[in-house]
Amino acid sequence: MNVAQFLTIFISAVFIYNVILSRFLGLCSFIAISKETRPAIAMSLAVIFVTTMSSIITWLIYRFLLIPFNLEYLRTISFILVIATFVQLVEMIIRKIAPPFYRFFGIYLPLITVNCAVLGVAVLNADMFFVKGEAIPGSFYYSVFQGVCVGLGYMLAMLLMSGIRERLDFCEVPKAVKEFPLAFVIAAIMSMAFMGFNGFRF
Amino acid sequence: MKKLFHEFLKGIIKENPTFVLALGLCPTLAVSISLMNGLGMGVAATFVLICSNIIIAMIKNTIPEKIRIPCYIVVIATFVTITELIMKAYSPALNRALGIYVPLIVVNCIVLGRAEAYASKNSVMNSLFDGIGMGVGFTLALLLISGIREFLGAGKLFGYTLIKGFEPAFVLAMPPGALLVIGLLLGFFNILKERK
Repeated sequence: MNVAQFLTIFISAVFIYNVILSRFLGLCSFIAISKETRPAIAMSLAVIFVTTMSSIITWLIYRFLLIPFNLEYLRTISFILVIATFVQLVEMIIRKIAPPFYRFFGIYLPLITVNCAVLGVAVLNADMFFVKGEAIPGSFYYSVFQGVCVGLGYMLAMLLMSGIRERLDFCEVPKAVKEFPLAFVIAAIMSMAFMGFNGFRF
Repeated sequence: MKKLFHEFLKGIIKENPTFVLALGLCPTLAVSISLMNGLGMGVAATFVLICSNIIIAMIKNTIPEKIRIPCYIVVIATFVTITELIMKAYSPALNRALGIYVPLIVVNCIVLGRAEAYASKNSVMNSLFDGIGMGVGFTLALLLISGIREFLGAGKLFGYTLIKGFEPAFVLAMPPGALLVIGLLLGFFNILKERK
């Protein structure tokens, strides 16, 4: 476990393999919610929170439940169930104890259950930081950090996209490409820009 | 019989999951680098879609209303795991090429969307044909996108070079190409729809 490794995880999760622009995870919510900046920020915060927490929970389950009993093939079922239950629980708790907070980002929580980014992080962690059924040294910290970074990458793409789309409202575009098609083309150009980070390796 | 055929047909054109409903885009974009990958993903998703639609249509009356989504997810995840294991055993190369997108079929909005919107309200037979139709529609969409990307990005179709001396635009095989192709295709289909 060293600083360079953390830096590599950060750069690759936020820039090189950005969840949305390069791995295409969480694309549905990205296209649907990025019309304005405020909801985009709320959604991104919710995603950061859930990816971080689910990284912690799924790592613990994988390491202490699935591996000791040789049940690695059950990881898809167990991860998605735990994530879905956890998100539901969090939604209930913040609705009860912090209603303003709930109005700001709670409404986006149910959407996150089926956000590919969250399950994607869990599966990626299990693929990257476990070698032949053994946790590599420091794998817990790497997993949690990767969870945070993937969330940050989501936020970055979301902010850029919502900023651009807010301005597009004032432009005249052909009716056929309005909304979704245009959003995809913009995302393509952004993704091209992000490819520049590819040379950015340690 | 005519109704069943209608259920099958609507998934292909009128309610095409990718181009009309805009569902399940993540795997569509990520795996559509080559026709082979697209076909593999399409077949895997179709299998999951058909099986989960059948099972959910069968048990729709026994599952309580409030926890129906987790129940659906368990059914879907079971079939995804089966698909993953079969793929690992019989075609490891394809499994490696599709990578994390195989387990991610679980969160493919098409599967859960059909379970919630269709299978939970209709009979087993109708759900079966709905599943087949949606699966075929999804596969065709994948083939269209991956065909364009493989041809323009690598100059090949199913791994065979078609035109000698054709200089492929490599960017179409990279992530931006996927977004560009689907954006332009969606726009193109919008124009077609307006014409009608």
